[in-house]
Formats: sequence, structure tokens, C-alpha cells
Amino acid sequence: MNFPKITTITETKNEAKNTKTIKFNFPGKIDPGQFFMIWIPNVDEIPMSVSFIDEKIKGVTFRKIGDATNALFNLKKGDKIGIRGPYGKGFKLNGKNILFVGGGTGISTITPAIEEAIKNKFSSNVILGVKTKNELFFEERIKKLGTNLFICTDDGSKGYKGFATKLAEEFINKNYYNSVITCGPEIMMKKLFDIFKRNDFQASLERYMKCGFGLCGQCCVGEGLRVCKEGPVFNRAKLKKIKDFGIYKRDASGRKIKL
Amino acid sequence: MDEDAGSMTRIFKAGAGAVVTKSIGLKPREGYPNPTIIELECGILNAMGLPNPGIDNFKDEIAELKKSKIPVIGSIFGSKSDEFSKLAKNMEEYGADAIELNMSCPHAKGYGLEIGSDPKLVKEITSTVKKTVKIPVFVKISPNLINISEIAKAAEKGKADSIVAINTIKAMKIDLELKTPVLANKVGGYSGDAIKPIGVRCVYEIADNVNIPIIGVGGIHTGKDAIEYFMAGATAVQIGSALYYRGAKVFKKICNEIENWMKYHNVKNISEIIGAAHK
Ligand SMILES: Cc1cc2nc3c(=O)[nH]c(=O)nc-3n(C[C@H](O)[C@H](O)[C@H](O)COP(=O)(O)OP(=O)(O)OC[C@H]3O[C@@H](n4cnc5c(N)ncnc54)[C@H](O)[C@@H]3O)c2cc1C
Ligand SMILES: Cc1cc2nc3c(=O)[nH]c(=O)nc-3n(C[C@H](O)[C@H](O)[C@H](O)COP(=O)(O)O)c2cc1C
Ligand code: FES
Repeated sequence: MNFPKITTITETKNEAKNTKTIKFNFPGKIDPGQFFMIWIPNVDEIPMSVSFIDEKIKGVTFRKIGDATNALFNLKKGDKIGIRGPYGKGFKLNGKNILFVGGGTGISTITPAIEEAIKNKFSSNVILGVKTKNELFFEERIKKLGTNLFICTDDGSKGYKGFATKLAEEFINKNYYNSVITCGPEIMMKKLFDIFKRNDFQASLERYMKCGFGLCGQCCVGEGLRVCKEGPVFNRAKLKKIKDFGIYKRDASGRKIKL
Repeated sequence: MDEDAGSMTRIFKAGAGAVVTKSIGLKPREGYPNPTIIELECGILNAMGLPNPGIDNFKDEIAELKKSKIPVIGSIFGSKSDEFSKLAKNMEEYGADAIELNMSCPHAKGYGLEIGSDPKLVKEITSTVKKTVKIPVFVKISPNLINISEIAKAAEKGKADSIVAINTIKAMKIDLELKTPVLANKVGGYSGDAIKPIGVRCVYEIADNVNIPIIGVGGIHTGKDAIEYFMAGATAVQIGSALYYRGAKVFKKICNEIENWMKYHNVKNISEIIGAAHK
């Protein structure tokens, strides 16, 4: 039922500057790339990808950028929130050699997919891109999995100086990957889409969401593809048909906004 | 799914005969904060708050739809007759095939139902819009009224070409744990399965009181639901919430179910059953 279930926050953790994880009781299955609608009572209800998947506990990781994320940031262990979901279609791990590229808070979305890839013994390279060092999170968590991890910062404060797409292009030219899996700023994902030509390219899109279950039409891209239902993860074949991909999104009123 | 050209195209290709746009106003409007929609046991509760990009920005969406020759009913909302007529005029210029006047949204201050409950205003707005545009004008009315036939008659007097009934029903859901209404706007409009008997009754009552066609809407999920509306006096139907319950294929499914029902009951033409319940 698409109705917020009230649950208790079991843990909160600072991950990086202005970035926090909250964990809550939520038994049940969820695929990496799927998301919840999180109700912060009296404030707002917002979409958040799952970033931690345990049998009974799930978590989300977010950066505070406005009213809702600020309110969520200030909640503590024991506080109550409402959860609906899980929603949408997550990542499908098809290839045995996968390149993961996460930008900004998109890192939180791809990390559970990296964990699953490792569980399935797929070889994976991971590139994380952030503006500057103190925005980076999940570095230790991903390293511990035993993948090859590469960090990019725009300002060179850590790792490779430059955009994640630049490093990704070098990797793609040098190595063989079956799949590229990405979440981050849409401009970044569009660039990767142009660089990596194989079929198995999967990107997780973000659009303004209201219902989350495919009825209101707020999140539609291309010819009526609902990001909350047919997405948020789209493969190359679908992305090719979405002419708004990398070009514009819509605000809460439905107005187009250039990306 | 009626906010942008892409999704309306998908709905049309899925078998709808025409698409009704989201209700459009003069200026962009974000609507209420979330939660704006939730599912309850027997239906959907929403208080979107009339989000829309504003009529100027909507031009491109209609143009896009008309490229594929999709019949478009432009839904509009305003607070006065001159607002309605400006919106209608724009919709007509952009290429809409008909106008639907939203006088029934139950949760927007100064709009919708607040206008649609006053027969004088309904008549005045309808006739002003009728004088402004050449395309057909439909008036969508609310079930949250005790004088629903009076409102329908007022629309008819204003020369409306058709009545659309019903919009959602005012409702509320309270969360027991938090002791608070779930929707940010507290009050919303109820749609889906639960409201079908109410819609059928409204259409039946309106049919007894006006001589213009009625478009039935409210809780139509199956061919049989549509047929019930036809028997109550509707000549066409709209589908909303069923899109969630049965997916985008709902339009083709309902059409097939209507045809099968007709075959089974030896009905050659749908007109044979329209208003059949009025004896
Ligand atoms: C499927 C999906 C998964 C997401 N996962 C994460 C995540 O794991 N971590 C994370 O930090 N962020 C995530 N986001 C983005 C997150 O939802 C927004 O940052 C959040 O809604 C901002 O709300 P606010 O009130 O704090 O900011 P505001 O000041 O209200 O808005 C800031 C920005 O957030 C966007 N936003 C606001 N409300 C919504 C909404 N209802 N739906 C979509 N976007 C909205 C606005 O378009 C605006 O660009 C995800 C978004 C989507 C669609
Ligand atoms: C999410 C949602 C948004 C709606 N938006 C509008 C609107 O903008 N204008 C309008 O006249 N009716 C709107 N309605 C009402 C529907 O058009 C319809 O009258 C009502 O939902 C009953 O039909 P149904 O049971 O088939 O959904 C909306 C309904 C829902 C569920
Ligand atoms: S958020 Fe309502 S359809 Fe996707």
C-alpha cells in the first residue's frame, strides 16, 4: 500500500560535510537503485535512494540542500519518520566487468550496487567524483570490498584532479567493460553515455516526485516514461529515446528547467 | 499523467480517445508540499494543489500533441470569468479541441469548488467563456454539493456543451501514530473505486435535469464500470485513478471489456444503453 509507514530512526551518522546517513527499521527486500519516499512530518516528503541494505534495517544518505533535507539532517535516533516504497526499478548487474561512476550524492545510490557486484564476484572498477575532498563519503566502505577505487576532485584536493568523466574516458579506452553503472549529476551521466557505446549502460535519473507510484505524472521524461516507475534506472535503449536526458528537467509546477 | 506532451502521447497511444490536460492557470503554480498523494484502502487521496506550469508555458505541450493529431481537452481553472476566458482563448489558439472548466477541485483556496458551488457564478463564467471561444466548452462539477442539479442547470443555461461529473470527493486521512493528517494540505480529494457509486448517482441526477451530454468520471476501472455510467446517462467517460490500478493499458482493456459486454448482451450500438436506467 502506498501509504507512509511510521518507523523509528535507529542510527544517524555524519559521512562528510553536510552529508549524513540515517538508518531505520524497514524489513523486506529492496534492490540497489530503488528508492523510498521519506516523510518528514510537518515538513515534506522526498525521494531518497537506498544506501544501506540489511535484512531489517535500511538507510539513506543525503546532503542538506533545502528545507526537507535540513529537517532530516536534524533528526536523531528515536525520532519518527514515514516511509513508502521501495519504488522504481533498480540496477541490473549483467556484465562481469563493471565500471561504476558516482558523482556527488549519487555515490550513495551506486554503493549498494557495488556491494552486490562484489558478492556476485564480478570485477569492478569504481570512480567517485566530488567537488572537493571534504564532500567525499563511503571511501572506506567501498575500499573494504576490495574493488579498485579511484577518487576525482574538481579542485585536486584528493586523487585525480578533474572531472570523473575524464578519468572514466581514459579507463574505457584502456580497459574492457561489459557495463557502466552511474548515478550523479545528469550532465556527467550524459557525457558517460556519449563515451561508453556498449549496450549495457545504466544511469539513475532524478526528477521532481510527488506520488512515487506512477499516477501523478510529475516525474515523466521522454514519451511518458515515469522516473518513479519505469526508472529511476534507465538503460541505454531507453535513454536513447528520452530526448530530455541531459537537457532539461521540470520543477514542481511542471516548467522546464535547463540542466 | 496529464502534465506534459510526452505522457499524454503515451496515454493516447495506449488507447484513450482523447486526453484531458492537467488543469492550467494563468501563472506557474507549484502546488502543495508533499505528501500530496497517498493510497488508501479503497481509493486514492490527493491534494496536489493545482500544480501547473502556467498557460504560456503550456503552449509547447499542446503544439507537440497536435503534431500527432491527438484530440486534446484543455482543462483550465481561474477565480473569475475574465481569467477563465483568457485561459480558454489561449487554449483554443494553441490548438485544443475543447475546453474543460474546472469548477470542482475540492482543495484549492479561491478556485475550483469555491466557484463551482455558486450557480450564478457557474452560469456567468460558462457563458463568458462560450462567447470567447468557438470550440466546445465542458463544465466539470463537484460531488461535494447538495445542489448538484442546480449547478448542472446553471452550466446548461450558460450554454455549456457538456457536463463532466465528478471531480474528487473531499476527504482526509489521519495517521494514528503521529496523530496528524497525512496530506500536507490536510484535506484532499478522494478518487478511485470508492467513489464510483457517488459518481453514478451524480450523473443519474444530472441526466434527469439537463438536456446536454454528460461525461462520466469517478472510479471507472473496468468496462462494466463504464457501462454503469452509460446507463446512468453518460455519453462518454474519463479515466483517472485506474491508470494506477491497471497500468497504462487500462484504456484498451476497458474498450475491449465494453465491446465484449455489448456482444454478450446483444447491444449493437452504445446509444442503446445510454440513460437506460431512467425508466
Ligand atoms: C529517485 C531519487 C532518489 C534520490 N536519492 C537521493 C539520495 O540518495 N541522496 C540525496 O542527497 N538526494 C537524493 N535525491 C534528491 C533529493 O530528493 C532532494 O535533494 C531533496 O528532495 C531536496 O529537498 P529539500 O526540501 O531539502 O530541497 P529544496 O530546496 O526543496 O529543493 C532543492 C532541489 O531538490 C529537488 N527536490 C525537492 N523536492 C523534490 C522532490 N519531491 N522530488 C525530487 N526532487 C526534489 C528540487 O528540484 C531542487 O532542485 C533523490 C531524488 C530522486 C528523484
Ligand atoms: C492525482 C490526481 C490529480 C488530479 N488533477 C486534476 C486536475 O488538475 N483537474 C481536474 O479537473 N481534476 C483532477 N483530478 C480529478 C480527476 O480528473 C477525476 O475527476 C477524479 O480523480 C475521479 O476519477 P477517477 O476515480 O477515475 O480518478 C485529479 C485526480 C487525481 C487522482
Ligand atoms: S512521481 Fe507521480 S508519476 Fe512519478
